[in-house]
Amino acid sequence: MASIQYREIEGRSGAYLALLGVLGALILAGLGATWYMEHNGHHVTGMSNRIVWGMPHVFAIFLIVAASGVLNVASIASVFGRELYKPLARLSGLLAVTLLAGGLAVLVLDLGRPERLIVAMTHYNFKSIFAWNIFLYTGFFAIVALYLWSMFERRMNGYTGRAGLLAFVWRLVLTTGTGSIFGFLVAREPYNSALLAPLFIIMSFSFGLAIFVLVLMAACRWTGRPLGDVVLRRLRNLLGVFVAAVLYFVAIQHLTNLYSARQHDVERFFLLDGGIYTALFWLGQVLVGGVLPLALLFGSASRRTLAAAAVAVIVGGLAQLYVLIIGGQAYPQAMFPEKDVASSFFDGVVASYTPSLPEVALGVGGVALALALTAVALKVLPFLPQSLADGQPRSA
Amino acid sequence: MNPDRREFLGWGAAAAAGAALAPGFRLIELAQARSPQEAASKLQRWGLLIDITRCGECDACVTACHEENGVTGHGRPETDAQWIRKVSLRDKRTGYAQTLPLMCQHCEHPPCVDVCPTGASFKRDDGIVLVDKHTCIGCRYCVLACPYGARSFVHEATSGQKPDVPRGKGTVESCTLCVHRVDRGDTPACVEACNKDGGKAMAFGDLNDRDSAIHKRLRAEPSSQIRADLALNTGVRYQGL
Amino acid sequence: MTRLAAALLAAVLTLAAHAEAPRFKIERGEACVAPVAEMRRDHMKMLFHQRDRTLRQGLREPRFSLKGCVDCHASQKTGSVLGKEGFCSSCHQYAAVSIDCFECHSPHPQKRTAARP
Repeated sequence: MASIQYREIEGRSGAYLALLGVLGALILAGLGATWYMEHNGHHVTGMSNRIVWGMPHVFAIFLIVAASGVLNVASIASVFGRELYKPLARLSGLLAVTLLAGGLAVLVLDLGRPERLIVAMTHYNFKSIFAWNIFLYTGFFAIVALYLWSMFERRMNGYTGRAGLLAFVWRLVLTTGTGSIFGFLVAREPYNSALLAPLFIIMSFSFGLAIFVLVLMAACRWTGRPLGDVVLRRLRNLLGVFVAAVLYFVAIQHLTNLYSARQHDVERFFLLDGGIYTALFWLGQVLVGGVLPLALLFGSASRRTLAAAAVAVIVGGLAQLYVLIIGGQAYPQAMFPEKDVASSFFDGVVASYTPSLPEVALGVGGVALALALTAVALKVLPFLPQSLADGQPRSA
Repeated sequence: MNPDRREFLGWGAAAAAGAALAPGFRLIELAQARSPQEAASKLQRWGLLIDITRCGECDACVTACHEENGVTGHGRPETDAQWIRKVSLRDKRTGYAQTLPLMCQHCEHPPCVDVCPTGASFKRDDGIVLVDKHTCIGCRYCVLACPYGARSFVHEATSGQKPDVPRGKGTVESCTLCVHRVDRGDTPACVEACNKDGGKAMAFGDLNDRDSAIHKRLRAEPSSQIRADLALNTGVRYQGL
Repeated sequence: MTRLAAALLAAVLTLAAHAEAPRFKIERGEACVAPVAEMRRDHMKMLFHQRDRTLRQGLREPRFSLKGCVDCHASQKTGSVLGKEGFCSSCHQYAAVSIDCFECHSPHPQKRTAARP
């Protein structure tokens, strides 16, 4: 049985160096933004005492959620035994590690005391889902590294199934934990819901696969490696299913909320008169992130529409996280039912928030870090198959 | 001095202090003033009772708190810390208006303590909820979790801190129930100011002490918690809400 | 050539070592709460241990309070334990061990009032 050939990318062309140059500049900008925010204090950002998590967190959580989801492709190969996906497993594992690294970098660099990362890694309050997440994220790196090793090292190939299963279960727990960061907030109406954990899981499937498709298509195209239609058709259909599932969860969440009079105010805010949040919900999350990709994925078969759909899913995903994270904080907490509330601390009013440049620079820097790590890794180790043309041998 | 000798002296001092104070307190109920060598005790639970019918436009409590704790503004209302604030309420249907002071409610089951990843947000044995700035990493998750919006993040470098009240950039803070005053037998600054210059709306005391004024009032008069539906058992109770 | 480089390096290091020996004045008090050698060696351990006792348990032994240290050791001239000849900062700068205590804690002594114990 012929086996799949993997090969490092050459990585010597001007375009490759230019790519690294651009990503490097973005990373530097992100680091500069971090220094600026940490040195002056967070008052230089758009975040405030009402909106404590802003653009950096939108990017960070997007990257972390996508990191967990991008491992799906490898899981489908190792855990569910689908031969077609086996050549894609290495790239999937790589992206899981690099996206998570990018996301965590943003999260850590935005902390009020980032130099206390050691404290965060040695003092755990295990009642906090956030503490569990720190533990789960670091564990994820180790487990995916082991998983990748089992794929690379010929003698360990027999263990790929078990490593893959462990990675699969671990990341379901991890993504549940990420969703529960919001789901466990008892006092916030936009958040306190058991639905957020499974919603985050299905979002991870969708965002992760969209990123995977784009990186795969770009990597193959820019290195001249054949990428067959069979692989892309499978990924296309899978992405469509995931996008539809996300829409379903969002619909259920809002329909259930609309059923109780107590939740009418918060629903009206998000669906009707929340200004930017309503616009981002309908146009960004639902239209660009849901309806448009479905139309592009199932209404056409061309590669261009697949790539466009993936981009739309990513844009829609960022909009969804913006609405969730920032909109959820902007909506005032209901402490006094049936009362209009006002105070010097902006109680009772929708908090205002404008993303600031340092925040966006930090978030984008995290994305650039993830992509740069991926680009370098592809050159250093054979993650990418030499060919994914139709009819190629599929076993590792 | 080697550790054994120091430990002996410490125990000796504690015993001496205990012996000196013993005639003043009973085993079951502790007197309000603790000696510095005594730990905070679970037998006590500090709390406030605020009668908002006596609250008007006055904000003596806010001024006193920020003065006592060195909480200075920087002309940036959205990011400046506020440990206590006056909240104005207006009934949506009837138009009835009230105001009340709102600060950390020192819950028995504080959501902020549950969510803190490092355990920096904690509840002392006597019920006071505090932030350990030594372990706070400034993640602001507790600010999200607090049902009362009581926590502030320090958005800029601080200076001129009061020696009793450390505050620093990049950490989260909130009302400490003037723990530095309580530990030496005093009342919180807001309560003192309200009784001196304000509407005499605030009372402070040990909720567990059956002989304390606050306990007796809570037994005899109606009172409520903000967001009682969350079952947090707050240490701050209100009348007239 | 290497001998010259080695000699130069040794000279520079010796000069650097003598450049900023910590200079501070102890202006108040008979003695510290523990012997000098022990304080020099263990003051950080004591501070770390005591801060948890004070904060988490409410034990405020006056002997080990940071306010007490600052009250005694603050310079009479500048009113602070930081600064050029500050008690804490001069040693810490020399040893290149950064401290962040005074990002939160006040480096100035307490004002003495009748109410203070």
